[in-house]
Amino acid sequence: MSREPPPGEDEAPGGGGGGRAGEGGCYLALCARPVHFEKANPVNCVFFDEANKQVFAVRSGGATGVVVKGLEDRNPISFRMEDKGEVKCIKFSLGNKILAVQRTLKSVDFLNFIPDSPQLEYTQECKTKNANILGFCWTSSTEIVFITDQGIEFYQVLPEKRSLKLLKNQSINVNWYMYCPESSVILLSTTVLGNVLQPFYFKSGTMSKLSKFEIELPAAPKSSKLSLSERDIAMATIEGSCKKTHILKLNRTGKFALNVVDNLVVVHHQDTETSVIFDIKLKGEFDGSTTIHQFVLPPRSIQPYQIPVAGPASVTSQSPVPCKLYSSSWIVFQPDIIISASEGYLWSLQVKLEPVVNLLLDKGKLMDFLLQRKECKMVILSVCSQMLSEPERGSLSVIATVFDKLNHEYKKYLEAEQSYTMVVEAGLSRSNPLLKRPVRTQAVIDQSDMYTHVLSVFTEKKEAPHKFTIAVLMEYIRSLNQFQIAVQHYLYELVIKTLVQHNLFYMLHQFLQYHVLSDSKPLACLLLSLESIYPPAHQLSLDMLKRLSTANDEIVEVLLSKHQVLAALRFIRGIGGHDSISARKFLDAAKQAEDDMLFYTIFRFFEQRNQRLRGNPSFTPGEHCEEHVTFFKQVFGEQALMKPTTF
Amino acid sequence: MATAGGAGQEKQLAPTLLSFFIYNPKLGPKEGEEEKKILFYHPNEVEKNEKIRNVGLCEAIVQFTRTFSPTKPAKSLHTQKNRQFFHEPEENFWMVMVVRNPIIEKHKDGKPVYEYQEEELLDKVYSSVLQQCYSMYKLFNGTFLKAMEDGGVKVLKERLEKFFHRYLQTLHLQSCDLLDVFCGISFFPLDKMTYLKIQSFINRMEESLNIVKYTAFLYNDQLIWSGLEQDDMRILYKYLTTSLFPRHMEPELAGRDSPIRAEMPGNLQHYGRFLTGPLNLNDPEAKCRFPKIFVNTDDTYEELHLIVYKAMSAAVCFMIDASIPPTLEFCRKLDSIVGPQLTVLASDICEQYNINKRISGAEKEPQFKFIYFNHMNLAEKSTIHMRKTPSVSLASVHPDLMKILGDINSDFSRVDEDEEIIVKAMSDYWVVGKKSDQRELYVILNQKNANLIEVNEEVKKLCATQFNNIFFLD
Repeated sequence: MSREPPPGEDEAPGGGGGGRAGEGGCYLALCARPVHFEKANPVNCVFFDEANKQVFAVRSGGATGVVVKGLEDRNPISFRMEDKGEVKCIKFSLGNKILAVQRTLKSVDFLNFIPDSPQLEYTQECKTKNANILGFCWTSSTEIVFITDQGIEFYQVLPEKRSLKLLKNQSINVNWYMYCPESSVILLSTTVLGNVLQPFYFKSGTMSKLSKFEIELPAAPKSSKLSLSERDIAMATIEGSCKKTHILKLNRTGKFALNVVDNLVVVHHQDTETSVIFDIKLKGEFDGSTTIHQFVLPPRSIQPYQIPVAGPASVTSQSPVPCKLYSSSWIVFQPDIIISASEGYLWSLQVKLEPVVNLLLDKGKLMDFLLQRKECKMVILSVCSQMLSEPERGSLSVIATVFDKLNHEYKKYLEAEQSYTMVVEAGLSRSNPLLKRPVRTQAVIDQSDMYTHVLSVFTEKKEAPHKFTIAVLMEYIRSLNQFQIAVQHYLYELVIKTLVQHNLFYMLHQFLQYHVLSDSKPLACLLLSLESIYPPAHQLSLDMLKRLSTANDEIVEVLLSKHQVLAALRFIRGIGGHDSISARKFLDAAKQAEDDMLFYTIFRFFEQRNQRLRGNPSFTPGEHCEEHVTFFKQVFGEQALMKPTTF
Repeated sequence: MATAGGAGQEKQLAPTLLSFFIYNPKLGPKEGEEEKKILFYHPNEVEKNEKIRNVGLCEAIVQFTRTFSPTKPAKSLHTQKNRQFFHEPEENFWMVMVVRNPIIEKHKDGKPVYEYQEEELLDKVYSSVLQQCYSMYKLFNGTFLKAMEDGGVKVLKERLEKFFHRYLQTLHLQSCDLLDVFCGISFFPLDKMTYLKIQSFINRMEESLNIVKYTAFLYNDQLIWSGLEQDDMRILYKYLTTSLFPRHMEPELAGRDSPIRAEMPGNLQHYGRFLTGPLNLNDPEAKCRFPKIFVNTDDTYEELHLIVYKAMSAAVCFMIDASIPPTLEFCRKLDSIVGPQLTVLASDICEQYNINKRISGAEKEPQFKFIYFNHMNLAEKSTIHMRKTPSVSLASVHPDLMKILGDINSDFSRVDEDEEIIVKAMSDYWVVGKKSDQRELYVILNQKNANLIEVNEEVKKLCATQFNNIFFLD
């Protein structure tokens, strides 16, 4: 990752700026619960460990106390250690197991923080003769890398033995280094100009040398002068890929500092006291090898921040003090840390999504942006609601674009989930240990989300013309279909409800005719219930039940309820189910129809069935048809009963 | 239609329209004012007293039969030479159509002898034709009553004269059959996704051209979407498919599909053009006059401009409120928005249709001759009829068979129950009629020596292939 134009040699950020921050729509904010620590002064040294995101306040070389505070672990760790000289660097290993303290250029001291392990300090000198240790990085709870001006040394710490074991070392001239804890990569600046960068990758006891790369220097460098300093480089993980393929166009000069938050590159500009953000996931101009990005949103200042009045003063309910933003005492760490050493605060930087909604007016771009963010779901749903109602109602084509973008993301997740299930069901999961259940991010907005938060609310409000309401529902269904996502029947119910409310039965009929509202039993039942207000719904419902082919019982019930006893019988015979049906049910229906001939026909049919199945036309007691036999004799006479045929 | 047969020279003369008149008995109730009752009379050349006599006769018949059936007076009168059909579409407004029975002309001793075939014409077919006359009039002119309110008898007479003078010439009484009874709508078969795309297109067009009140979409002269209510769509569909589209067939076939485009260099390539309204959008003098239609005459009574716009085989009808006259500017806007999108959509539909046809293997299906009609959605399908031409829709089977279909239909309409009728016709033909709920199916089978069971099996086979996705009892 590089940036242009080139920064000066000044420290960044620094100096006071008179820049004007944008009024509304601050999309960047400092976290509400910062880490407060004792500010740096001659007796108190402050250190920050990027790997654990911990601040160390070391008083009098540790003799009067070391306080360690982190963003994640809220309980500070305090301890004392012997003052053996000025502390240059102090860091816990991962999990706060072992403390490493560098006091000289030649060695690093260690102190175990593992319960029941030896508490005495132990020391490791660097192996390379005449080398000076530039610093060290923990790559795991017991592995550490020393970076010297002549190379790197990779050690394993053995806390029980209070000693270190050299795993690997590599000689190389180093100007400065940088460590990215997320990817366990150390970047070394080599060569005279310092612009050739050599990355190393560490993983469980192994060290791999990655291919080096060169940073193009913008101006012809003066010889033998270090042109690229660590201030110019920021390394962070953006969705795992860390390639130099993107150029961020700033169109500004001056002092910059970088943070990475929620996969966004935030560039702070001190002169104007504003920041801009870049999303390298969004489309930029591609020139064949690199993509040039413009910033996504107009520059805005970080949201004004009030420093809570510290300590017991809060009792006196003093009003909080506004914090000086973009102060010269700010130090920025990756990925999202801002430290104000003078005031003793550590913040993580946050991106607020709500203000973005009003800054990115192109709804398609807005969705592209939001879908990449971690906490996006509710914001996206509120954008959807907003574009469906006045005063900011979007056009149908905009709405279609938004639906398509959401469903594209939704489909990607469904597919991942499906292929995962397939692999698991095929029993291949053991042979593929890398296989993980796909993570459902907030960007997966499914039908139930849309229904609950957007569509049902929207249709209930009834403020939009019904034409628009129906068009929106159909657009969502179209989009789901386009991504081959099975539509849930509650969406169809919403369509039907809306159509029925406006007496648009012919429209409904046409939708059903083209199977736009897919067949299901609940839908067929809903249609049946509409028969009294729209008679053709009966036919539509029966057709649907027929197509389902699992609803034969329902078809019979529907026909019997309409006294279409013969039709029911013909249907059940047509599908070959007439030997198992209940005679009583049909005879009941035939009797209710008050059509003697119909009753006769049905009665005779079952007599014949009895004859065929049991060799006797009479009903068995189990069939409970006694009253029907009596009725038959009453109407047609005893002699009309079928005689048993004997051969 | 002439068929030669039997001994000697025989000539069959098809049924023809003898007269057609519209009257309202309330308009001239007094003696001596009978002429005032007559609102329209065809042929106009008929002498005044004869007109009065004929109207009076009809009035008397209707009045007389009303004594037996107050709610359902006579619908037709059978005589040796002709048949009269009565229809009262609006209260006291009567339409009468007199059709001459078909004649067989024989020669006896060198002299022509005429034999009237009294039982050939089907009441239901011609009653339906008469009803459609009214529906078509109403579509373009509104109700009789509305004309009276607008400008009294004078206006109504003018409108009737203007409309029926031309319309009656397009009645082709010799080729009327069962399809006229149904007056159905042929729907274009389409997959769900393409259908949704069309929906989306229509909704977006209605949004962009915000004065559009209703839209209808057709492909290959078959309906895909109607924003109009069913009954209005039914008659509009008939107008489009039997009158407007056929009139525009010839220029298309001649390869002049897009006369406007050719003169507009640099315009987006599309094939859209107006079938009603301006022919040339570049002509600043171009007239933007569209036919007016009247819909929902029972309640809201809406008057609309009918804009028909077509690109390749896809036609869209945009209906806008008549109070907003469409300007040339509007037409240009419509052309620029709808034209390109409709062109793309039309080719999408065509492509998808061909894919579906290949998948379902529709072309390999056994060729049954059948007519299907669903009263619920007016869906109609016929493999008996050739493509409709401007003049006639031709049945590909013998008129006698068509008459049997009509007879079966009359039987069906007498009862509510599901029914099935199988008829053995002359020369190896079997005709099967089935009625299930609101659906009717008529099949003509030509199988030598087939028996009843085999015919039944054949029809079952047809139902299984053609109608397996609907509840159609067999």
